[in-house]
Amino acid sequence: MIIKRRDFLAGSAAAVAIAGAPSIARGQGATIKIGEINSYSTQAAFLGPYRNGWNMALDEVNAAGGLNGRKLETVFRDDGGKPEDAVRHAGELVAAEKVDLLAGGFLSNIGLAIGGYAKQNKKLYVASEPLTDALVWAQGNRYTFRLRPSTYMQAAMLVEEAAKLPAMRWATVSPNYEYGQSAVKWFKELLSRKKPGVQFVSEQFPALGRIDAGATVQAVAAANPEAIFNVTFGADLTNFVRQGNTRGLFERRAVASMLTGEPEYMDPLKDETPENWIVTGYPWDQVNTPSHSKFRDDYRKKYNDYPRLGSVVGYDTVNAIINMLRKAGSTDTEKMVDAMEGLKFTSPFGPVEFRKIDHQATLGAFVGRTKVQGGKGIMVNWRYADGKDYLPSDAEVREMRPKDA
Amino acid sequence: MDFLLVQFLNGLASASSLFLVASGLSIIFGVSRIVNFAHGSFYMLGAYVAWTLTRGLDWVAFGHLGFWGGILIAAVVVGLLGVIVEILLLRRIYQAPELFQLLATFGVVLIVQDATLWIWGAQDLLGPRAPGMRGAIDIMGQRFPQYEMLLIVIGPAVLGLLWLLFHRTRWGTLVRAATLDREMVAALGVDQKLLFTSIFFLGSFLAALGGGLQLPREPVQLNMDLAIIADAFVVVVVGGMGSVGGAYLAALLIAELQAFMLFVPDFALFGVTVSISKMTLIPSFLVMAVVLVVRPYGLLGRPPSHARIAGAVEPVVRATPAELKWLGYAALALLVVLPFFVGDYGLIVATEILIMVLVAASLHFMMGPGGMASFGHAAYFGLGAYGAALMTKHLMAPMAVGLAAGPLLAGLFGILFGWFCVRLSGVYLAMLTLAFAQIVWSIAFQWVAMTGGDNGLLGIWPDSWATGKDVYYYLTLALCVAGVLVLRRMIYAPFGYALRAGRDSPLRAEAIGIDVVRVQWAAFTVAAVFAGLAGALFVYFKGSVFPTYASIPKSVDALMMVLMGGVQTITGPLIGAVVYMGLHEQLVRLTELWRLVLGASIIALVLAFPQGIAGFVVRLWLKGKAEDL
Repeated sequence: MIIKRRDFLAGSAAAVAIAGAPSIARGQGATIKIGEINSYSTQAAFLGPYRNGWNMALDEVNAAGGLNGRKLETVFRDDGGKPEDAVRHAGELVAAEKVDLLAGGFLSNIGLAIGGYAKQNKKLYVASEPLTDALVWAQGNRYTFRLRPSTYMQAAMLVEEAAKLPAMRWATVSPNYEYGQSAVKWFKELLSRKKPGVQFVSEQFPALGRIDAGATVQAVAAANPEAIFNVTFGADLTNFVRQGNTRGLFERRAVASMLTGEPEYMDPLKDETPENWIVTGYPWDQVNTPSHSKFRDDYRKKYNDYPRLGSVVGYDTVNAIINMLRKAGSTDTEKMVDAMEGLKFTSPFGPVEFRKIDHQATLGAFVGRTKVQGGKGIMVNWRYADGKDYLPSDAEVREMRPKDA
Repeated sequence: MDFLLVQFLNGLASASSLFLVASGLSIIFGVSRIVNFAHGSFYMLGAYVAWTLTRGLDWVAFGHLGFWGGILIAAVVVGLLGVIVEILLLRRIYQAPELFQLLATFGVVLIVQDATLWIWGAQDLLGPRAPGMRGAIDIMGQRFPQYEMLLIVIGPAVLGLLWLLFHRTRWGTLVRAATLDREMVAALGVDQKLLFTSIFFLGSFLAALGGGLQLPREPVQLNMDLAIIADAFVVVVVGGMGSVGGAYLAALLIAELQAFMLFVPDFALFGVTVSISKMTLIPSFLVMAVVLVVRPYGLLGRPPSHARIAGAVEPVVRATPAELKWLGYAALALLVVLPFFVGDYGLIVATEILIMVLVAASLHFMMGPGGMASFGHAAYFGLGAYGAALMTKHLMAPMAVGLAAGPLLAGLFGILFGWFCVRLSGVYLAMLTLAFAQIVWSIAFQWVAMTGGDNGLLGIWPDSWATGKDVYYYLTLALCVAGVLVLRRMIYAPFGYALRAGRDSPLRAEAIGIDVVRVQWAAFTVAAVFAGLAGALFVYFKGSVFPTYASIPKSVDALMMVLMGGVQTITGPLIGAVVYMGLHEQLVRLTELWRLVLGASIIALVLAFPQGIAGFVVRLWLKGKAEDL
């Protein structure tokens, strides 16, 4: 495993070396350049597979001769988790590297910062990861598009299942930042709408990455809920699960949990993965549609590793950009934006559309239950929840989105 | 009732974890006076090495011996690493100005981050459970994990062992003596080098032990170092630096507060819903602020036996040599014509560096002539940014109003916070500024209706006349150069002399009628105002403001710029800002491993220029003019 990581690092270093030689590329004058900004140094676990997926899609199109003979090229930048640095990189990519469009973003505030830059400087920005609803709604603008199902969509998917449970007394545990706050807000609102009379008896907001798991579990248990809505992920989730398991918090209690079925977050839990949680995620080993099987086989052949959700997101971001460029037939920003609106393309997950009304893609997620099998967590009884079914009505969207967007 | 008891036990378990890390830091500081930023890195490394031994090599399969042996051996290995760092790096710079070692340890932090990623990979690693301790015991109908019970015991046990070590062995006696007065200990013929090295071993060992013992509790991951270091500092300061018992008391106080605050229901204050249970990161800093105001040397700390902490006497501020003046004019001329030679991106970088130069100059104003180091200068930068952003966002004010409102807001808070801070000195003062900065950060983070929370405020761009990159560059140039010159003028004015008098000898300064506290308070406020101006400029430049502007990493950046340039010179911080920002900007674009290279560069600079870059130049300069000395 150690060697594999080194290979990955060496490989990506090589990719940078190539990307960092703009003079060669510019000499041809014909390459289409994408500027990609992400928190590589602070979110390494998620963004390694993401970049692999990204490069795979890029290599595929370039191996096929590019777009009308024009090769695609990416310039990667590490924002170190700081929005202000992301804005500086955006400026550098546009002014010095002369990229045709911007993409990337993992943290919500960084997505919003680049989105703000895109609006001010009239550059296309295809956000891949950031989940915040504000990106396409409250702070939406003409130049910003987002691929991944948003906080609202993922919460709505879980509400659908949660409403089927008999539980009326709920507790929430959520990291204390915008993603966690919005997830809880939407879950409460949507569940109350579907199931009038549900009560929320405890709301815990531990600091992101700093959960005091024992105390948090105790505080939830003290409220004696019938079910728990969990939004924590990564190290916080592991701590929460360990303390909760040992203290019996999850016994006789249903749990609905955001993102927990994603391999990025479930795999580190190994045999301690909690059973029978309702989760959104990505059962990479079980989705056997032709488009996904091909993606999975190609990915494994290329990287000798299995795909994570980030791999799909990276792959599809490039995928969407390629389809957009074909449709636009130009790298003029306004033409590219027009092409993005209503753009349809096929993801390994199925057909996806970038909605004209709010620039949100209808990429979905898988909803299912967790189970431990062969010493690791897997998803069972899952189904693909198409994103288009989990968005608010057009009228509500228009209400939330600025008039000039 | 049963819930409260179990919650109390939860607090005790967390206190033990916190104490193990903090005790090592406290011991190192007590003797060497080094604010060891790399302590969190040793904690993280301890966890990673212990993971490799217990899970990676599967020693845990051998039961208790394998598991506990693995954790202990990992702690010894990391302790030895601490020794290597001390011998190769820190030993060479003990004579440097106070806090300079901080810069070196920051370089170590950066290197360890990339090295850890390279060796262990990015994914979180789940540590093994302690053998035979997967279960829980029953306490009044509540289940409580066995391992947490063990932790509750380990904390006081380590405290007891340390007490024995310090009070019943010759080595311990020497360490306590060195904590009180290390010059005297040296004068009595004790081998200082050996003492310092062994202290570093013990401190790093304890940090790594704390990390290893977290294996059954939390996954091993790359953010462990920075997550723990601020908390550890707070515990050390609240307890009293160098006091191990105080560290335990402080850890207990903070951990229990954090455990019980989760039960506090939300309430309304002035129409705003206040949610105490959400503010889990704040109580530690609030406790620190309160403790430092009431007891300036921490709960069980003692004032340093003599006021002199740094060995060296601060150099005299000389009149600017004519050559330097001409160099300044040349640099200014170059900056004025810059837009004709560089493209848009060059201007973006230049604008950002200019703003950081003003930040560095303002921090230096209180740190250098004022003698008040700040670990929380980002507070005023952030306040300036928010002051401007709120004006534009909520009142639709033009940019000029925002550029005035930013420094005003920062200055007002400077007056408020400064009043408390100037009553302290040295590292205690610095930590109080950090506490206030964290409070500012948390307000920006929590008051979503006003500040937009962590999503920030967006769309705060300059007025239409200043949107051009070159126009905004000239605006920034004008304001930053004016700011730097005003600060410089104040250092040479009678006010600056009074300030330096207060720094060098408070007693004598008081005797000749200088109100030292008031002068320092004014300097503190001035520094805040100019940091606020930089923040306001930064907002319109970036188009948005986020709580990260007031966060610890920003404060660290400011500190690094000043230290790198040389705190004892007036021009140094300006050079430091250019070098630090420039290095960072270039490296991020050139290499994936930018943290490794940046860390190594910092260490190389530290070893080459222990007086800072400008300090080094000044020395060279004075060498040629021996008569000046």
